[in-house]
Amino acid sequence: MRPVVISGVGMISFERRDQDSLVGMLAEAGLRAMDDAGLGDRPIDAVYVGNMASGLFNHQVSVASSLVDRLNLMPAAADRVENGPASGGSAIKNGLLAVASGYYDVVLVVGGEKMREVIGPRSTDIVASMTHPNAEYIYGVTLPAMAGMFARLYMDKYGITRDHLADVSIKNQNNGLLNPYAHIKMRITKEGILTHPQAHINNPVVADPLHLYDCCPVSDGAAAVLLTTPEIAKKLKKPPISIAGFGQATDTHTLQERDDPTDLKAVTIASKQAFSMAGIKPSQVDIAELHDAFTILEIAESEHVGFFKKGEGGEAVASGATQIGGKLPINPSGGLKARGHPVGATGTAQVVELVWQLRGEAGERQVKNAANGFSLNFGGFGNNVLAFVLRREA
Amino acid sequence: MDMELEAYLRPPEYPMPPYPAKVVTLATGAKLVIRQVDRDAVPVLLEAIKPTLQIERDYYDIVGVRLYAELLGWYRYRVRDEFCLVGQIDGLLVGIVNSRMYSPELGISLHTMAIERGLRIGAHLFASKMEHHIEYLNQDEVLITAESPIGFRRWMIEYGLIKRDGQHELGGATPYGLTRDLYFATKDRLVAGERPVPPELMEVAEKEIIIATEDDIMEKILGAKRKVLQ
Repeated sequence: MRPVVISGVGMISFERRDQDSLVGMLAEAGLRAMDDAGLGDRPIDAVYVGNMASGLFNHQVSVASSLVDRLNLMPAAADRVENGPASGGSAIKNGLLAVASGYYDVVLVVGGEKMREVIGPRSTDIVASMTHPNAEYIYGVTLPAMAGMFARLYMDKYGITRDHLADVSIKNQNNGLLNPYAHIKMRITKEGILTHPQAHINNPVVADPLHLYDCCPVSDGAAAVLLTTPEIAKKLKKPPISIAGFGQATDTHTLQERDDPTDLKAVTIASKQAFSMAGIKPSQVDIAELHDAFTILEIAESEHVGFFKKGEGGEAVASGATQIGGKLPINPSGGLKARGHPVGATGTAQVVELVWQLRGEAGERQVKNAANGFSLNFGGFGNNVLAFVLRREA
Repeated sequence: MDMELEAYLRPPEYPMPPYPAKVVTLATGAKLVIRQVDRDAVPVLLEAIKPTLQIERDYYDIVGVRLYAELLGWYRYRVRDEFCLVGQIDGLLVGIVNSRMYSPELGISLHTMAIERGLRIGAHLFASKMEHHIEYLNQDEVLITAESPIGFRRWMIEYGLIKRDGQHELGGATPYGLTRDLYFATKDRLVAGERPVPPELMEVAEKEIIIATEDDIMEKILGAKRKVLQ
C-alpha cells in the first residue's frame, strides 16, 4: 500500500440551509477542498460521496454523478458510499484505499446530507430506517430511543450520572462557540439544563434518561477532503497530513443479539486496527473527534477507544481533561452535539477538523502542539464503525 | 378627534385582572422576565416587529404583519379585550405574545413571536399566555391556530390540543382548543416561571424595553453565519 495524505480540506457551515440543494452543498465543500490544496488544473481521478439517504431526504439519488457534473470533473470516476451515519468515514476509507492501491493518484471525498428538507419526526424516521426492519423498526425504535436504552444500561453499569452527561453537553456547546462552522452556538449552564427545579421544561426528556441537550441537532451540511500521494502533495499548497492508520469493524445489526449491549466491540476493534497501523497507543493521541450523537456516546466511546478505563470516562469529562487545554481534548469542534450532524457529512467533517488542528489552522479552538489526531465515526448503533489516526509529519 | 363618533368606534372592554410578572431560568442560565405591558409599550414593540416583515423563513413575515396590525389596532382602540406579554433578558426584548378575550369563558390566542431563537422563548411565552387565560382570566378554553410548522409542533403536538369545529378568527387552519383540564394536565411539563420576580430584575425590565437593531433581529432569526461563511 502506498502512503496516503490529505492535501486539502473544505467545509460549509452546518445549519439549516433552506436555500441550498444537496448537490450545491457538496460542490461548495468540494471546491473549498480543491482550493485549499491549490490543485489548480490538475485532474481529479475519482470522487467518493458519503451520503446516507438523499433518496429519502431529497428524492434524489446518484448524487456522486451529479456532483462531478456540477464541478465539471468529468471523466472522473464517481461513487456514492452509504454506511448510515458513518457514510462520510466510509467514503474516506474508499478514497484512501483507491490511492493506496496505486490505481488513483488524486481523489476527492465529500460527505454531505440535507436533512432539514423534511420535518423533524420524518427525519428521525428516515434515520431509524437503518435499524433492523423486523426486529427493531417495526416496534417503533428510533435512534434516540436506542441511545436512551443504551444510556440507562451504561449508567447503571458504570456509575455514569446525568451530571456527567451535562458536562459533555456543556463542554461541546462551549467548543461550538469557537467554531464558525458549528450549527449550535449557545453557551448552556448546568443550572439551566439540569439543576434548576424547572430545568426539565427547558430540557425535556427525549428518550429517558436522555434529554434534549443530550442529543445532537438535525443539520444540513457538507465537508470534503482531497487525498493524494506524498509525492504529489509536495507540489501542492498546504502541508500534507498523513492518514497514519485506519480501521473498520462491524457488530450485530440488532442490539439484542449482543452478549453485552453496553460493549461497543466494533469501536474497540476499529480503534485497535487504526492505532496498530499508525504504530501508536491511545495515550499518544493529542486530540480526538468522537461521534457524540448522544452525550452518552462520547463517554462510552472514549472508554472503548482506550483513552480511559471503563467507568472513568464520565469523571474524565467532569475533571476537565477532555476540554480544549485539557490532557486529551475531545471534540474541540463542538462534536456532533454542537457542530451538528448531517449524517453523511459527519465522518468527513471530523477528519476536516483534525486536519485544521494538526496544521494549526483551528483558530480560537486550536489545540496546542497537536501531532496525532484520532476520529471515530459510529455507524448504525455501533454496528459499523470507522476509526482514523491522522498525523502531522515533522 | 370627534370623541362622540370615536365612542362608537371604540369597543367596550371586559375588566381583565393583570398578569403577574414571572422569571424563567433558561438553558443558558439567563433570566427571562415575562410581564404584561399596556398600550404605552406598543410603539416600541412595533419597531421590533418591523424587520420581521421581510423574513419569509418560518412565516415570520405573516406572523409579523398580523402581530403588527393586532397591536396597532389595540393601541388605537380598535381591537377588543386584547392583552400583550413580553419576554425580556436584561431589558432586551426577546419575544412578544398577544391574545384576547372573546367572551368571559373563551380566549382567542393570537400570535407568538420569538426574536431570540433556540431557547424555547416562544414556548415559554405561549405557555404564559395560556397561564393568563386559564389561571388569571379564569377562562374555560383558549382557541388556537398555527401559521407555521413550528407553531403546529409547539402548540398542537406538545400540548395535545383538541380539534374544534368552526373557525379561529384568524382564519386559516383548523382551530384547536386548550381546555382548563388540558392546561392543568400539561402545566408541570410546559409552564415555567417563578414569582415574585426579584426587584433588581423587574427594575431593569420595566426601566426600558430595549430592542435590538434591525440587523441584529435579522441575524437572530435567520442566523448570522450565512453572511460570513455561506
